[in-house]
Amino acid sequence: MIDAKARDWSERGLAGSHERWTVALSAVAIGAALLAVAPLAALAVLAWGETGDLWLHLIRYVMPDALIQTALLLMGVAAVTIAIGVGTAWAVTTFQFPGRNSLRWMLVLPLAIPTYLVAYVYADLLDPFGPVQSALRALFGWRSAADYWFPSVRSLPGAILLMGLVLYPYVYLAARAMFQTQAAQFAEAARVLGARPLRLALQISLPLARPAIAVGVALALLETLNDIGLSEYLGVQTLTLSIFSTWQNRGSLAGASQIACVMLVLVVALVALERYGQRHRNFTAMTQQGARFSPRIVLRGHWRYLAMLLCLVPVALGFLLPVGFLLYEAIRRMLVVGFDPDLIRPAATTVALAAIATVLVLSIGFAAVAATRYVRRMFVDTCVNLAGIGYAVPGVVLALGLLTPLVLIDQGLNAVVRAFGGAGVGLLLTGSIAAVVIAYVIRFLAIALGFAQAGFSRIAPEFDEAARMLGAGPATLARTIHLPLMRPALLGAALLVFVDCLKELPATLLLRPLNVETLSTYIYQYATRGSFEEGALAALIIVAVGIPAVLLIGRHADARIGKTFPGGR
Amino acid sequence: MTKTKSSRNTRPWRTLQCLAVATAATTTTAAAQGEVNVYTYREAKLIQPLFDAFTKASGIKVNVVSAASGLEQRIQTEGVNSPADVLLAVDISRLEAAVRAGITQPIKSKLLDQVVEPRYRDSEGHWYALSMRARVAYASKERVPQTALHYEDLAEATWKGKVCIRSGQHYYNIALFAAHIVKHGKIQTEQWLRGLKANLAQRPSGGDRETARDVAAGKCDLGIGNTYYWALMAHANPAHKPWADATRVILPTFKNGGTHVNVSGVVLTRHAPNGANAMRLIEWLAGEQAQYLHADVNYEYPIRAGIALNPTVAGYGALNPDPMPLAAIAQQAKAAADLVDQVGFNN
Repeated sequence: MIDAKARDWSERGLAGSHERWTVALSAVAIGAALLAVAPLAALAVLAWGETGDLWLHLIRYVMPDALIQTALLLMGVAAVTIAIGVGTAWAVTTFQFPGRNSLRWMLVLPLAIPTYLVAYVYADLLDPFGPVQSALRALFGWRSAADYWFPSVRSLPGAILLMGLVLYPYVYLAARAMFQTQAAQFAEAARVLGARPLRLALQISLPLARPAIAVGVALALLETLNDIGLSEYLGVQTLTLSIFSTWQNRGSLAGASQIACVMLVLVVALVALERYGQRHRNFTAMTQQGARFSPRIVLRGHWRYLAMLLCLVPVALGFLLPVGFLLYEAIRRMLVVGFDPDLIRPAATTVALAAIATVLVLSIGFAAVAATRYVRRMFVDTCVNLAGIGYAVPGVVLALGLLTPLVLIDQGLNAVVRAFGGAGVGLLLTGSIAAVVIAYVIRFLAIALGFAQAGFSRIAPEFDEAARMLGAGPATLARTIHLPLMRPALLGAALLVFVDCLKELPATLLLRPLNVETLSTYIYQYATRGSFEEGALAALIIVAVGIPAVLLIGRHADARIGKTFPGGR
Repeated sequence: MTKTKSSRNTRPWRTLQCLAVATAATTTTAAAQGEVNVYTYREAKLIQPLFDAFTKASGIKVNVVSAASGLEQRIQTEGVNSPADVLLAVDISRLEAAVRAGITQPIKSKLLDQVVEPRYRDSEGHWYALSMRARVAYASKERVPQTALHYEDLAEATWKGKVCIRSGQHYYNIALFAAHIVKHGKIQTEQWLRGLKANLAQRPSGGDRETARDVAAGKCDLGIGNTYYWALMAHANPAHKPWADATRVILPTFKNGGTHVNVSGVVLTRHAPNGANAMRLIEWLAGEQAQYLHADVNYEYPIRAGIALNPTVAGYGALNPDPMPLAAIAQQAKAAADLVDQVGFNN
């Protein structure tokens, strides 16, 4: 990812302070890897347990279908998120059309909605008693749902579409950031040579943006792989759901751990394949001269409205409609039972937990990736790759794996305190919100790592070299060059991590201490009773808290780029 | 040992001491008098009114953490330091799993032994049922004239394309299928599951309410669900009332037995730090007031004799629970889960 010319700082015999930096950054990278690997190591130990005929059974009856369903789901979600994400990102960065300025930030909004909520909302809207089918029946005079055919949202295609509708912003954000900052001279040269916008996109912009798009798609797919709530509700038998059922019904944690390990190998293989495919595709597009933006093409005639519609549909289906439904339910309930003051505490807890975790994730993530740039050592790269693995593990599996190392640390602490004559301190980590925060950090570190890597890869190594020749150490380099240039990446990562923490359910559910509720666990309690709309207000708060973060990236990130490079905007 | 060392070494020791005191102050409250810590699979919203009533009656504060899965493992891993006193669960297999995990201790209570019939408790007292729910049929009022049904009939060709059910791997269904194994053995149950699978109008999905909704909408004629869901639809949420209005509850029976009943139950944890308070809570939950709340607010069947049913639940007809001991169902749960995979029930 980084130019091979860059040398190890310590090799060049720089001053002691630089070495301290090297050590500190390496330590962060190693620490992050240890943190991420600890729960998996615990799972691997659990997987040694006796599981009898489990694998025979799984291979004969479960795996064939689960693998096919999972593969179809992943391919479908990849196709949908790429189509929507890249298409809309290209439209808003290349063209000027009515509503573009609003749409370019609104397109990120679906990220604020948890996938399981979207499943509930659409099942309600599109099921036979929902408004859509009721209206159709009234219109055509059908008596019951048996009189006509209507596509069921509780199906694989339904799951693909719904997943795609809420996960495409990962791809959109990545693609937009790339399209936006792609060197103008490429575009200008191509246009001078007579290339039409579509050809320009396919032959220049897309290949240049491929690494970033791949990161976005990878995030979306890992999220898909992780999901249990939506697939169970919509009746899609994925691998993850099989792990879950095995664990539940066989009461076999060992069996579930084994399947989780196998799945992990698959994920690692996928990620490795993706990396391998990109090994010769390093573009550091942002040089001083190149960082102008080519002016947007002003669309005319019906094309204007087509572009607007293209961008409006995902926003409407992925955000406006579900939020409108939640708003309607929340208002309706408020009129009946009034505002539930019990909501204030979970709301405050949720925001606090998400904020703490976001700060930690960003610090650790960016420091770890900085280590790969400053300290050119193989093991640092390996550590950073390992550190992102938590994103690939289903939340509930991660939480289970995390329990063991946390309790071990707690027992260690107790032993130490007792050795010094103190009374036992109980479960310091496991019994407090620390457990939840640690789970969030492990789970979402991959996002910060991905953004940091993308950010760093776009800063030409010549910058580093020039700075170093002028005598700048890593601290100065980071402060004056890397951090300012990476502000959009930092913001992007912060947004995603924060919003993901707000939405996180399975790990929170299992690891939270006594009497602590977050908004998602609050919603969940209603959802398990089959009346999630009673939690509509809590769902709206999750969405509402996420929106400012979304706005921040939508506006601030671009303004910052515009300021740094006057040719832009 | 540190007192004699140089001052360089005493500083971290002091810091540690301060830290220990500070954290002890925050974490040991869980073990203080007047509290009991409950881990629960029962939905917190359903159970909270019961805890509130208990606190009012006893002055003991109830601290709660609710989850959908993994609580046994959490208690197991937390080990001797676990703050959990009591685990509440909603399925017989879960109660048995807690016992197998070694996280329970016998609840020695003459009072509970009087209230809870032997088939609804562990023979050594590791778990006691607190309430019952039956797995029944939601039948379309319009399209299903009959008022009686055998579970075995669900596989008959007369119901082809007319049955709706949630995921076969859901523990409510696993318990029903396991009960069928107890009655008829694995081979017949496999046949039965294949027949039932062939009768499904759609892939298993959603929850019991969605099942009722699909029956009401005409997608299917017969849905399988738990008794309390139907009452909740009828009373707790106006939006769901049409689903209850369009359906009728039939209490099916096994051909040579009664209706399949599952339970919610309680476990006393092995290292319960507030054991005495936990016992008070457990006994209180089997008491008259709590049992009345179970029946009237949660629409369940009380475990205690002599408590009036909620009128809606009474309206289903007289419940004749199958006499099989619940532990037998838990024993067949794995076999049932395997069969569900083997016949591709969810595919």
